[in-house]
Amino acid sequence: MNVPEKRKYDFTKAPAAKGEPFVWLTAMGLALGLLMVVGLLGVIVSNGIPVFWPKQVLEIKLKPGVQNPVPEGGDMIVGELVQKRTKRIPVLNEQGQRNNDQTEIQVFLGNKDTYNINFAFANQADITSISEAKNIYRLERLEYGIAFGYPTAIRLSDGTLIEVNAASFGSTLARLCEEAASRRAQIEKIEKTEIGRINSRLNDLRVSQKGDSTPSPEAAKLDAEYQKLAAQAAKLRAEQGAIALIYKTPTGVERTLSLGDLVSYSKPNQLTLLDKVRLFSHNIWSFLTENPREANTEGGIFPAIFGTFAMTLLMSLAVVPFGVVAAIYLREYAKQGLFVHCVRIAVNNLAGVPSIVFGVFGLGFFVYFVGGSIDQLFFGKYLPTPTFGTGGVFWAALTLALMTVPVVIVATEEAMAAVPRGIREGSLSCGASKWQTIQRIVLPASLPGILTGLVLAMARGAGEVAPLMLVGVVKLAPSLPLDGDFPFAHLERKFMHLGFHIYDLGFQSPDSEAAKPMVFATALLLILLVITLNLAAILTREKLRKKYAGGAF
Amino acid sequence: MPAVLSEPVSSDFPTTVNTSTDGRPDFISIQNFSFFYGAKQALFDISMDIPERQVTAFIGPSGCGKSTLLRNLNRMNELIDGIRHTGDIVIHGHSIYDPLIEVISLRKRVGMVFQKSNPFPKSIYENVVYPLRVAGQKTKTILDETVERSLKGAALWDEVKDRLHESALSLSGGQMQRLCIARAIANRPEILLMDEPCSALDPVATVKVEELIQELKSQFTIVIVTHNMQQATRCSDKTAFFYLGRLVEFADTQKIFANPSNKQTEDYITGRFG
Repeated sequence: MNVPEKRKYDFTKAPAAKGEPFVWLTAMGLALGLLMVVGLLGVIVSNGIPVFWPKQVLEIKLKPGVQNPVPEGGDMIVGELVQKRTKRIPVLNEQGQRNNDQTEIQVFLGNKDTYNINFAFANQADITSISEAKNIYRLERLEYGIAFGYPTAIRLSDGTLIEVNAASFGSTLARLCEEAASRRAQIEKIEKTEIGRINSRLNDLRVSQKGDSTPSPEAAKLDAEYQKLAAQAAKLRAEQGAIALIYKTPTGVERTLSLGDLVSYSKPNQLTLLDKVRLFSHNIWSFLTENPREANTEGGIFPAIFGTFAMTLLMSLAVVPFGVVAAIYLREYAKQGLFVHCVRIAVNNLAGVPSIVFGVFGLGFFVYFVGGSIDQLFFGKYLPTPTFGTGGVFWAALTLALMTVPVVIVATEEAMAAVPRGIREGSLSCGASKWQTIQRIVLPASLPGILTGLVLAMARGAGEVAPLMLVGVVKLAPSLPLDGDFPFAHLERKFMHLGFHIYDLGFQSPDSEAAKPMVFATALLLILLVITLNLAAILTREKLRKKYAGGAF
Repeated sequence: MPAVLSEPVSSDFPTTVNTSTDGRPDFISIQNFSFFYGAKQALFDISMDIPERQVTAFIGPSGCGKSTLLRNLNRMNELIDGIRHTGDIVIHGHSIYDPLIEVISLRKRVGMVFQKSNPFPKSIYENVVYPLRVAGQKTKTILDETVERSLKGAALWDEVKDRLHESALSLSGGQMQRLCIARAIANRPEILLMDEPCSALDPVATVKVEELIQELKSQFTIVIVTHNMQQATRCSDKTAFFYLGRLVEFADTQKIFANPSNKQTEDYITGRFG
């Protein structure tokens, strides 16, 4: 009798090994996808983060005879090094051959009011030496961006000068700068909040007594109040202009900067690491919390963050009930047949319609038709100035909700289909009606799936730009959709959006080269915002999943 | 007032509580009942009387229609499209197909336990009070009382009384099935339908459920579908044998297993086919 020999298990000949090529293929697919994601994030992070890190200011000495791009600059270029790169168009020498060194450096000059240019390029071959600019100040101004210069004195309001060599110069500058900042905040409060409120009330009065030109006593009272506030603001403004910092640009031009226009200053070449870290975090903080300046190329992007957040939240509030209700009808109540089948196909196709088409629809239907009708009915006295009949955050949210509703419908339907038949029957056999079964058993069990749909919808909605340009996004919104004025949430207001901000900075700003760092920083922020929103939804889902563990998901 | 308006549009299924100790022999009366899934006929002209407060077992090979008949007793089959029936099912003199009666009120009178235990993804407490909640009961004392009574009735109280608010999905398989029984009896139905309640349970849990059936039969009329001959002999008073959608034989359990009058029945219970 043959006794089978005891064999060692040969893993290379195992049946599972036959599928190996496909393991490699699928792993390669995933690796490629990951590589692209990591690469994209890497580019954005590596370009976005250094924007906030203080850079050194360099003095670049050129060889004699080389033409200096800086007007009146002599043989010196002073500024921050932006990048070193190989020339796109090679430079040829007299013999028509390429020079050996084709690298050039890009320098950020600042002082746009003096030079009229922001950047200078210099050939590596033309440079004799590069050194730090000693004692130079980096002045961030309200207008014209950054200035690099050597301060000579502070001129006080009574005309006395505090020379830069004086012992009290540094402390005085710091103190005056702080005072100027607090005055600036005061002016903004008066002009934006208080005068704004009076203006809107005056406007209401004017509208309500249409045709009647005799000023009402209330209007007179408001006008007096306005005059008082305006005088107050004018006085503060005069104080802002009275004190000035006198400095010399590196090219030797003497300039006067009123302290009211000085946002912050630093000595970039004398910073310790701790100072740099402090400045870095301060820069990030002001980027996140301040309003934009200088056609959005300077300052912060707080309104855009807030607008994106508010719009996405409003969209979620609109899309979830709408999508879930539609899915419940499709799944539970509609008689499954050709018609419902067609409806499903239509819903899925809706997800593939170009987003700009939704924008056009939103403009035509929500803004002009619905908004126009609301204006006719409730805001007739303001016409022809539209209230709801123009783009606004509410219409934008509804347009995006319409665009993302297929995602929610499909996710909800799938989640409901995955609820086991057994527990539905269990509920019905307990004497529950169909609606009670849906409400108490099916919907809670499908909540994690519904939230998955919401995550996808939010990710798509928050990053969308094209339709928003038609239904309410603007380059610069004068006020946020949420403020202290009754009724607090102003859904009809236009808003700013990070996605549009990127487009605007990168392609619409007067100097897109200067805006490039901001583009990366904004893109990074938009990604972070989407991640934050998604994370919130995912965490809720996990919590629910745990609660309904063993259920459908 | 015109007669049409004076009549109620819909009403609850009448209560059938019997205070006398004797069970009515024709408590559930199935009368010439045929049932169709679309064009396919699943049940052929079935007539039988199921006695009150006894256990009636439905046996037969797979696909013989016993589950279909069981699911007709509380109209659970109506969830399926394209079904129809002829004949009638009458519970204590009231047709369950009376158009004036809401199906929900019928299901409140007829509890059901399924083959695969189906606790809701809620706490143990909420599972048991679910039938009361959907009926609109909100009084906490009544709910608490029901939980204790039902769980004791389902022989589960001692095992779970300290963790009533934990998820029902943390229970073992046998406990889950007993929880489903507790849920089915929570709203005091008169009839309890059990569709192979032990087929997914281990022998120990099966014994527990069978003992439970014996205890419950003093209060409920129980109809049980089973594939297990021993189970039918152990816990039922009457047995009905179905084959290919027809009722072949219906008699006392002892008679069916000891002395079947039909050849097919004998072949099936002795294991010669099926």
